[in-house]
Amino acid sequence: MSEILIKNASVCDPTQGINCEAMDICIRDGKIVDSVSGNAKVIDAEGKLTMAGGFDGHTHSAGKINVGRFMNPNDARKNLVPGLSGQVARTEKTRAQVGYNTPNTYAIGYRYAKLGYTTICEAAIPLLAARHTHEEFKEIPILDKMGLSLFGSNWQVMEYIRDKEPEKLAAYIAWGLKASRGYGVKIVNPGGGEAWGWGRNVSGLYDPVPNFDVTPAEILMGLAEANERLQLPHSVHVHCNNLGKPGNYATTIETMKLFENVKPSRDRQALHVTHVQFNAYAGTSWRDFETGAPMVADYVNGADHLTFDLGQVIFGPAVTMTADGPVEYANARMLHEKWSNQDIELEDASGVVPLFYSPKSFVNAVQWAIGLELALLVKDPWKIMFTTDSPNGGSFVNYPEAFTYLMSAKRREEVISGFSKMALDRMVLPGIDRELDFYELAVMTRSAQSKMYSMPEKGNLKVGSDADIAIYDLLPGQVDPSTEYAKVKKAFSGAAYTLKGGEIVVKDGEIEATPKGKTYWVNAKVPESIDAAMQKDIDLKFRKYYTVSKANYMVEDSYIQKPVEIDTEGVF
Amino acid sequence: MPVIKDAVCSLCGSLCDDITVTVEDNKITKVENACILGHSKFVGMFEHDRIETPMIRKDGELVPVSYEEAIEAAAKILVNSRRTLSYGWCSTSCEAVSGAIQLAEETGSVIDSTANVCHGPSALAAQEKGSPSASLGEIKNRADVIVFWGCNPVHAHPRHMSRYSSFSKGFFTEKGRKGRTMVVIDVRKTDTAKLADNYVEIEQGSDLLLITALRSIVNGHEDVIPETVAGVPKAEIIALAETLKNAKFVCIFFGMGVTQSRSKYKNGDAVSSLISDLNQHTKAVMIGMRGHYNVTGFGQVATWETGFPMAIDFARGYPYYNPGETGANDLLVREEPDAAIIAAADAGAHFPQKAVRHLAKIPVIQIDPYANPTTEIADVVIPAAVVGIEAEGTAYRMDAISLRMKKLIDSKFKTDEEIVKDLTAKVRELKRGA
Amino acid sequence: MKIKANLISGRTADQGAHLEAKTHKGYFDACAYCELNSADLERLGVSEGDSLKVTTEFGEVVVFAKANNGNPEGLAFIPMGPWANAVLNPDTHGCGMPGFKGVPAEIEATEEKPLEMKALMRKYLED
Repeated sequence: MSEILIKNASVCDPTQGINCEAMDICIRDGKIVDSVSGNAKVIDAEGKLTMAGGFDGHTHSAGKINVGRFMNPNDARKNLVPGLSGQVARTEKTRAQVGYNTPNTYAIGYRYAKLGYTTICEAAIPLLAARHTHEEFKEIPILDKMGLSLFGSNWQVMEYIRDKEPEKLAAYIAWGLKASRGYGVKIVNPGGGEAWGWGRNVSGLYDPVPNFDVTPAEILMGLAEANERLQLPHSVHVHCNNLGKPGNYATTIETMKLFENVKPSRDRQALHVTHVQFNAYAGTSWRDFETGAPMVADYVNGADHLTFDLGQVIFGPAVTMTADGPVEYANARMLHEKWSNQDIELEDASGVVPLFYSPKSFVNAVQWAIGLELALLVKDPWKIMFTTDSPNGGSFVNYPEAFTYLMSAKRREEVISGFSKMALDRMVLPGIDRELDFYELAVMTRSAQSKMYSMPEKGNLKVGSDADIAIYDLLPGQVDPSTEYAKVKKAFSGAAYTLKGGEIVVKDGEIEATPKGKTYWVNAKVPESIDAAMQKDIDLKFRKYYTVSKANYMVEDSYIQKPVEIDTEGVF
Repeated sequence: MPVIKDAVCSLCGSLCDDITVTVEDNKITKVENACILGHSKFVGMFEHDRIETPMIRKDGELVPVSYEEAIEAAAKILVNSRRTLSYGWCSTSCEAVSGAIQLAEETGSVIDSTANVCHGPSALAAQEKGSPSASLGEIKNRADVIVFWGCNPVHAHPRHMSRYSSFSKGFFTEKGRKGRTMVVIDVRKTDTAKLADNYVEIEQGSDLLLITALRSIVNGHEDVIPETVAGVPKAEIIALAETLKNAKFVCIFFGMGVTQSRSKYKNGDAVSSLISDLNQHTKAVMIGMRGHYNVTGFGQVATWETGFPMAIDFARGYPYYNPGETGANDLLVREEPDAAIIAAADAGAHFPQKAVRHLAKIPVIQIDPYANPTTEIADVVIPAAVVGIEAEGTAYRMDAISLRMKKLIDSKFKTDEEIVKDLTAKVRELKRGA
Repeated sequence: MKIKANLISGRTADQGAHLEAKTHKGYFDACAYCELNSADLERLGVSEGDSLKVTTEFGEVVVFAKANNGNPEGLAFIPMGPWANAVLNPDTHGCGMPGFKGVPAEIEATEEKPLEMKALMRKYLED
C-alpha cells in the first residue's frame, strides 16, 4: 500500500474541465484516489503545472524503427537536443543510450519519461512481424504501450470486402488483432500496399487495387464497418492515399467525407486521420506547391465525426518510415537518399528513408507551417492530437520545441523571419495570431487521447485513473508562454517529476526508476460459427501462400510484458 | 510417442517452420520435412560429440569441473580482463543475445556476431545505400525472375528453392518453376548453377564491375560498356539486363560471393543501387542469404538495444561502432583482446589463422553444446542446451521475420540464457567484492 | 610441378551437415580437400584422394585433391573450415570482413597427409 500526496499542484486536467487550479492529488497503489493517510509520502509541487502523463498516440517507436536504426548508424551519435539525444554511458539506474531520431529502446523509454510522457502507441504493426514489435516493447522501460495493426492492404481483408462478407471480415480483424496483440485498426494508403507489391500505387479513393477488384474507398468503409461492429475502443486510424503529393488535400477531405455516415459504436470519433500535415498540400506540382491547410481546417471545423493528428515538421534531420512503400521509394529517388523497403507477404508494404528538413527549402518551410496552421485554424482542440509522426516529421524529443510554436506567435515569427519570400507566399501561418494555452496543449497531448482511444484511466487525473502524472517546473500564473517560450521549452524538456503508476520515475529531469510498463491489447469476441468459417479461409492462405505455419503465426503470451487485455463484444 | 508439428529448424537462415519431429524416450527418432542440414540438427545431435560437462584447462588438458567452478573461473577471466571480445551468439535465441549484450555492456567488452565473417558487409552496404527488401512470401507469390548472385542454396539453404524461391508456387506464380527464369551468377558452375536457365560465369572478384555494367544499361547508358566486363561478353550482359528490366518482379538473392570477394561491402552497395534503378522499370528487391539460423536475430536485437547490428564496443560505456576497427577479426588481428568469450559459434574453425593464433594465446571461454575447433583452444568450457530442441526462444529468419523455436525434449544442460545470467551475476558479485 | 591458382572458400552441404559434428571424421572428409578442374589435377600429376600442399602468403596446408569440372581452370575451392583458414587472408581491408575468397595460391602434390582437426588446432597452441 504505497501512498503519495502531491500538494500544491497547479492542475491542468481538461477531462475534468480543470484549468490550472491549485489542488492536491492523492495516490494509492498506483491509482488516483480521494484521500490518503498521514503516512503518505509528500511531494510538494510548489504551485507547478501538473498534468496527466503525456500520451503519444502515433509514434514509430517499436518495429519498423529498427530498419531506421540499422541503416542510419550515424544517427546514434547525433546530439541535437542535449539531455535528450546522443550517446550516454550506462549508469547504475540506466542502460547505455544512443541516437536522436532512432534511439535505442532504453533511450526511448527514458526520454519520453523525461518529457513527462507515460503512454505510447506504436503507429504500425505488420501482423506477420508483430512479434518483433513486442520484443522491442519489452526493452522500452517505464512506458505503457499499445500498437495499431495494419489491415489496409491485406489480401484476406480485400477479398472479404470484394466478396461482401462483412461478418467474416470482422472475425478476421478480431483474429488479426489477437495474433498481433494490437489495440486498433491501422490503414495506410489503403490498397496501395498491395499495388506496391508490383511497384505500383493507387491514385485515389476510387482507383481499384490491381488483381483484387476493390477500391481504397471500399477498403476504408469495409474496415470501418468491421471496427464498429467489433466495438473496438479506437476508431480506424487512417493514413490517407496520396500522402506527400501536391494537391492531396482533396483526397484527404474526400476521405473524411466518406466517414460522415459511419456511426461510431463507442463514445468517440468514427475516424482518426493521421499526420494530416503530409496530406494537406495544395498546388499541382512542387513548383506551385502551397498550403492546403485552410481547406482541410475548414472542413474539420464543420465536422464532428473525426479527429486527427498533426505530423508536425521539425527542422533538421529526420527519418521517414511508413507502410506507404511507394512514397518512400519516390522520396529516395527525388532526394538521392538511401532507401530501405520491406514488403510483407499478403499484408502490407513499408519503406524507410532518412531526410533533412531545411528552413531554406521553401517546400520544407511550408510543410513546417502547415502542421501549425492545422493546429491553430481548427477551433476545437479536442479534435487534435499533437504528434510529429516521430521520427517522420522529426524526433519526439523536439516536442517541447514544437509546443513553443503552438503557444507563441513571437516564437513563430522568429522562425518565419528566416523563410524566403517564395515560402511566405505559399503559407497562411504568418497571418495567424492565435496562441494555445496550457489547457489546450493538455487537450492535444493527453485528454483528447483518453477519449480517442477509449482509455478512461489515461490522460486525466480523475479519481480511479492511473497515477501517471507530470509536474513541470512552470508556475502557470506567473509565466507568459507567449514571450517566455524558452522557459516553457526548458520545463517541458525535463519534468520536475514524472510519476508512472504512482512511482517517481523522473525527478528534476533525471531518471529515478525504471519499472516495466504494461502492454494494452484488444480481444474482440466473435461468434464461434463465424470465426470457424473465417479460419477455413485463412487456413487456405497459410497452406498455399504464407511462408510460415499458422501455428507459429500468432504472438505467444510470453512476449507480452504485463499484458492488459481489453475485451470487446462484437455485434452480429 | 509425441509427434510435434510445425517445429522450427534451428540450423540455417531459412528457418523452416514446418518440421515434424517424433520424440521417443526423450530422443528425436524421426524428423520429416527437414533437409540434410536440418536432419543433422535434429536427429544427428544424438551422435554428435556433445560436451558432457563443464571443463577447465589445467596443465594443457581440459578437465571436468562443476558448473559453479566453471562460472567462477569464467567470471574471473572477465573481471580481470581489460579488453574482452565476446563473439558468436548466432546459433542461439534472441533472449540469450540480449543477455550477452547486457554482459558486454557491464564489462565494457566488444561484442560481435558471425556476421563479421558472413553478411557484415551487407550491413555496411545497407548503411550506405539502404536495404530494398521483402519477406520471402513476396518472392514465392510474385517473383518471375530470380537471381542467385554469389550464393549456392543447393548446398547452403537446401529447402530455399522449394519453400521460398525457384520451385515454390504462390498466388501469382501457380506455374512454379515453369513460370520463372532462374539466373545464377557465380565464379564456377555450382550445383545451383546447374539448375539455372541462365548461368553467368564471371571472373572471380569482378562482381562490382558486372553490377555496375548492369546499372549502366538499366539507366540507358549501354554505350559506355566495353566489349567484355568481368569476363562476360557485352551482348550477354545486355540480355541479362533486359531479363531483369522486363520481369514482373525480380529478386536478387545474394551470398558470400558478394560479401567476401574483392570490393566486399561495395558489392552489396552496388546491388542495392541496381535494385533502386530497376524499380524505375519493374518491381525489384534483394535478400541476403543469411547463414546461421539466428544471425539475423542477433542483428535485430543488437540494433534495438544498442543502435548497431554488430561489432559493438562498450569500452566507453556507451555503444561505439566501427567495423574495420571493432570487428572480431579486426581486434584479433591487432592482437588487442586479452580475453574472449566464444558462444554459439565457432571462431576456431571459421576465422583465418592469424586471428586463431591470437585466440590460442589468450584465455577463452567457450559456451556451446558441441566440441569443435574452438574447444581445442578454450580454457573454460561450459556446455549448453541446444536451442530449438532442448530450449525455446526467438529466432529471426533471413528476411527478418521472427519465429518462436520450441523445446522438444528435456535436457540436463543449462540454456545459453541461463548461463549468461549466471555469468553476469558472478561478475557483479566479484566486482562488488573487489 | 606447382601451379598458381586463385583460392576461394565456401559452404557445402556436407560441411553444413557436420557443423555440429566437427570432431567427427565426416567433418574432416567434408572440409579437408581442395577442388580443382581435372585439367589442373592433371597438370599437378595427382588423382583424387592424393595430397596437395596449398601455400599462400599467409600459411600452408595439406589437403586431399578433388576434381570439380564446374571450376574454371586456375580456380581452387576449399570448403570453409580450419583447413581453408590456415591459408586465407586475415586482413579485413578496414571493413571487418577477412579475405575468404580470392587469395593467390600455389599448389603442388605432396606425400604429407592432411592433419586431422585436433592436430591442426594444436599447432595454434604450439605457435
